[in-house]
Formats: sequence, C-alpha cells, structure tokens
Amino acid sequence: MQAKVPILKVEDLHVKVEEKEILRGVNLTINSGEIHALMGRNGSGKSTLSYTLMGHPRYHISKGQILFKGQNINELPTNERAKLGLALAFQYPMAIPGVSVVNFLKAALRAVRGKDVPIKEFRQELKDKMAELGVKDEFLSRYVNDGFSGGEKKRLEILQMLLLNPSLAVLDETDSGLDIDALKTVAHGVNTLRKPDTAILLITHYQRILDYVTPDFVHIFQDGQIVASGGKELAKELEAKGYDIVVKDLETAGAA
Amino acid sequence: MSAELLPPKLDVNEINTDYKYGFSDKEDYIFKSGRGLTPEIVRYISKIKNEPEWMLEFRLKALDIFLKKPMPKWGNSKLLNDIDFQNIFYYIRPSEKQETNWDEVPEGIKKTFDRLGIPEAERKFLAGVTAQYESEVVYHSIREDLTKQGVIFLDMDSGLREHEEIVRKHFATVIPSADNKFSALNSAVWSGGSFIWVPPGVKIDIPLQAYFRINAENMGQFERTLIIAEPGSFVHYIEGCTAPTYSSDSLHSAVVELIAKPGAHIRYTTIQNWSKNVYNLVTKRAIAMEDAKVEWIDGNLGSKLTMKYPSIYLMGPRAHGEVLSIAFASEDQHQDAGAKMVHAASDTTSIIVSKSICKNGGRTTYRGLVKVLPEAKNVKSNVRCDALLLDEKSRSDTYPTMEIEEKEATIEHEATVSKVGEEQLFYLMSRGLSQEEATAMVVNGFFEPFTKELPLEYAVELNRLIQLEMEGSVG
Repeated sequence: MQAKVPILKVEDLHVKVEEKEILRGVNLTINSGEIHALMGRNGSGKSTLSYTLMGHPRYHISKGQILFKGQNINELPTNERAKLGLALAFQYPMAIPGVSVVNFLKAALRAVRGKDVPIKEFRQELKDKMAELGVKDEFLSRYVNDGFSGGEKKRLEILQMLLLNPSLAVLDETDSGLDIDALKTVAHGVNTLRKPDTAILLITHYQRILDYVTPDFVHIFQDGQIVASGGKELAKELEAKGYDIVVKDLETAGAA
Repeated sequence: MSAELLPPKLDVNEINTDYKYGFSDKEDYIFKSGRGLTPEIVRYISKIKNEPEWMLEFRLKALDIFLKKPMPKWGNSKLLNDIDFQNIFYYIRPSEKQETNWDEVPEGIKKTFDRLGIPEAERKFLAGVTAQYESEVVYHSIREDLTKQGVIFLDMDSGLREHEEIVRKHFATVIPSADNKFSALNSAVWSGGSFIWVPPGVKIDIPLQAYFRINAENMGQFERTLIIAEPGSFVHYIEGCTAPTYSSDSLHSAVVELIAKPGAHIRYTTIQNWSKNVYNLVTKRAIAMEDAKVEWIDGNLGSKLTMKYPSIYLMGPRAHGEVLSIAFASEDQHQDAGAKMVHAASDTTSIIVSKSICKNGGRTTYRGLVKVLPEAKNVKSNVRCDALLLDEKSRSDTYPTMEIEEKEATIEHEATVSKVGEEQLFYLMSRGLSQEEATAMVVNGFFEPFTKELPLEYAVELNRLIQLEMEGSVG
C-alpha cells in the first residue's frame, strides 16, 4: 500500500462543553477504505467526538487538533467541513418542517458538490439509492424528519450518506432503536458505502450491527478517551464479557 | 376628447377597449388638486370621474366621518400619530402625476430587482417610474374569454360608470364608511381598485390579477375593490407581487369588500411588498352566505407599518372561512396583521393560520378575533399562530380574542413562539449549507403552508426573496 495521508488524524484532542471537559485526549487515525467501530457506554463521550469532528459551535477544542486529509480543521465552519468530504449521520436528526425531503436533498447535493445537479441525473441517482435502502417514493414529499419514526430517520441519514458520498462518514449510533429488519437495511447501506476511497467511523453502543458490518478496527471509548483498540474480535469479546471486564483484561495485558 | 385629458403614453385606439377614464367632455375645471383633504377635493374627484350624484353624497358624508373620528388608540400609536394628513396628495390626475425618477428609487430595491431577475419593463412599473405596464396582449385574450362567460372585470371607476345598478346595490354593504377612520378616508377619496361580478354558476378557472387591468393607478393609494360572486360561482383574485414596490405616496388605505352568495367561492390572494416609507392601513372584509366559502391568502412583506385584519362574516349555515396569513418584518417595519371570523349562523367553520417572522429589530403583531353569536350552533373554529424570531432585537406580540356566546362550539387555538434552533442550523450546515442558506431553508419551511397556496411563479419568487433577505443583501 502506498504511504498516503490518513483521511482523519485526531491528535490528543481535549474538548469542553460548557466548561466541562468531556474529551480528554483522544488519539485516532483512520485511513481511506477502513471501517472503524467506536464502542462505549452511554455518557462515555462518543457523540461529543462526532459533534466535534463536524464542528458544532458549542463544542470547544481546548487542546489538540483534528487533521482531515492532512488539513487542520479545528476552526473550520461546519459547512466547509462538509464540502471537504466529511459527513455525519446523526443519532437524533432534526425535523425541518415545511421542507420536503427531495428539496432538502437537492440543496445538500448542490452545496457539497458546489454546483447544481441536473434534474434527470439527480432523479436517477436518487432512485438508485432509494432502491438500495428500500425507501419508497412517497418519502420524498414528506417534510424532513417531521413525524418520522426512528427507523425512517435513520434510513434518511444513510440515504444522505449514499448521495453525499463523503470521504469520511461518521455514523453516530446509526443502529440504535432499530428493529432487526431496519437494522439489516441500514447495515446494507453502510456496506454499500464502503469503498477504497471512503472511510467509515461507526459509533455504536451495541455490537449488533457488527454482525452485519465487519469493521477493520474496533476502539473502546471510556471517560472521554479511547482506552483500548483491536480488531473485529474485540467487539465479540465485548458482547460476551461486557465493558468492564474487557477493559480490565486489556489493561492487564498492556494493550491499552 | 381633448388630448390633454388622456393619461400619458396611451394610444387613442385604447380608449374604446378597456381603458376608460371617462373624463367629462367639458373640461372647464381649472382646479388643481393640492395637498390636504377638503370637500373641494372630494368634489373634484367625483366630478373628474363623472360619477352619479349618490356617489358624491356618499363621499362627502364619509369625509365628514373621517374628519370627526379620532385616531384609534390601539395599535402602533407612535407611528400612526406621525401621519401628517395635511401633507398628503389625496388625488392626482394621471396626466399630472409625476413619475418617479429612477434615481430616486432606493438602492436596496434596485438590488432586489437584479437578484430576482425582474424584467426591465416590470422594474420601471414597480418603481413607479412608468405608469404603464405592457401586458396588453395577455390581457386582451383573457378579457375575451371572460366576456364570453359573462364575467365583469373592470377597474372600480369603470365598474361604477358601466354597471351602476349592481355597484349601488352592493357598494359599502360590507364595510360602511363609519366602520373605522381609514375606511371613512377611503370612502371619501377612493380611486381605482377592481370591480368583479361573476354570474351564477360560473367558475373562472384562471386567477384574475390586478396586473391585467391596465390602469395608471394600478397601485393607487386609496383603491376600492368590490367582488361579487353570484350563487355557485368561483373566482380567484390576486393582487400585488413579491417584488418590492416603490411608492412615493406614503399613505395607502384600501378597502376590499367581498360578497360570496349562497354556494359561491371566493379566494383573494394578496402579496404586498411596499417600500419602507409606506403606511399600509387596509380594511378587508367578506360576507359568506350559506354554503359559501371565502379564503383570504394574505402575504405582508413590506411597508413601514401595515395594519390589516382580513375578516369573514359567516352569515349563512355551513359557510366556511379561511385566513392564511404571513408577515415578515425586518428593520424599521411593523406588520400588525391578523384575522376576524364572525360566526353568525349554525354549522359554520373557520380556520385561521398566521405565521410571522421578524429579524433585525422588526416587529410583528397578531390580532385575531373569533366571535360566535348566540344561536349559532355547532360552530368549529381552529386558530393557529406561529411566530419565529430570528434574533433578540426583534419582537412579536399576540392578541387573540375569543367571544363565544353560544354553548355548543368547538374552538381551538394554538400559538407558538420559537427561534431557529441551533441544532436545526447545525444539521443543515453539516449538509454543506451556509448559515444564511440554512436559515433561509428553515424560514421557507416555516412559510410553506402559505407558499403552497400560491400559484407557482409567486411561490418561486417568494422563496427567492426570502433567500435574499437571509443573505442580508436586500436593504
């Protein structure tokens, strides 16, 4: 493999939200084509990481840096990060009443690609991606996330990932609250997203989705830091033994 | 007719078609109307228009009422009391009317014309630089169609002259002169406006637009509109436009009366975007008889102060009324709008949806009344008013009133005040939209219940205008 700049390099990242330090020195490197799973209990700071990567105004970097494609993006506004090829699938996507899904998607594509997509081309792309996810046509005229079930919201998030085709897709608890069918559909979407020039950071609480999406690396997140990293077997161990034991074992073995 | 009586830029051939000003043949009137309001000016207006005696009497009585009535004590008193009634031209003959110099037109308005891509000819018209708008060709073929169906669509002056009986029967039956100070003013000095009469059972399938009437006073200060829909008929009338309209006249006080006879349906759409020097004080009211339906679709984007409360009196059983209103107030603007529904019969229903947005210190007010008279049983009314504040400088007030004098009534009222959520913005920005684009998207979504009721061109233009407003490139 050629030595290439990693898509994402997080170096000693410390983040405060309202004066409280949530991230306490996160180090993470992701290369193109890799799927990294980030697992941790609720309150471990996983979502803080995803929001910080995307540049949420309330999340202040007090130390460290985020390098995206080699560029320091600490100060870059959210929309500029999107244009560079970073995308976030939200855990709790916001409703935008009165704005139809189709108009929203069109505007997003125009913004990220920097120019209008010809109608015919757009419609075709949309059709193809919707078919992949089993999303019906009538979805397009509904208002974004307005009155959507949890599964519908997650499906729209994945649909956006497929359309936006980011260099790094951060999926924040994309699997939470889903029944088995919805989970399989979302997993299928994630697998479709997987390409040599795309990287995926899959943030999750349960290891369920990892039955369908095989990660290259698994990291355990606790108290605002990555405390352990390993291959896909680490996820299986977590399921079998639970967080406490696994972390303890790894500490003992000196793998942290 | 002598040449000087012709409004400027008109072909002599036009006289016999739709453009009739009907000046008296013997122009011995050397009076030149100046500023201020006197009985002489009222007489001058009536004489110049060759009106029947009863209309002159009507005007003079209204003038009396106007002069005697005090200014309303409610509303934006500070701004209202700034109106210098003595310093206004109440009537200028089209031939004497000074056209605005293009140089006078505010830069902000010119910029918006550019950004909205308004065609050259239209810009001059909207800016009051020319009194003429070349939509003649379109207008003529529509006129032919309408005439075939027996529909009357004229400016109000011509309507009075050519259909005196119909006018006399209905004029001021919905809004009497004494209703309020500004309806009295309009009743005294009205000029221009539209007159529409739809025969029984006729459903006009294209919206009639004020633009269609070629009239030097197309956007006059004191327009008077009267629409009569005979039983079982349908008409949709549209006035105004989203593009900014510059008027050097600062007081606009129109009166609009709608009469929907049994089973008839009238939809009246207004979008006003007056320049920020204008006071826009309008009285709009409809009567809906049994099984009739009236809808006011009211968009308030411009003016310094707008006070307007479209009303519907539901007089017959099963009549239905709707007011769908949006207000957008930016710096130095106060949109004081709302609706009134009076249920005077059983089984009547009404819906009021009011959506307002303010930014940069703008101010919006919702004033609404739902009244149910005794014996009006089984009434259902639904009111929803939502206000969106885009920053901390802006202000929104809501004054909803319910006067329910009958036990069996179902009245619902919902009001929300919100700001554009940080999380909403973050979500949209994470999709590449700038903060302005994201805000514009949320705002357009907020207005969507209104926008979707507009004909497509208006909807598109409204969306673009909102985008410009959010980018702050419009003055």
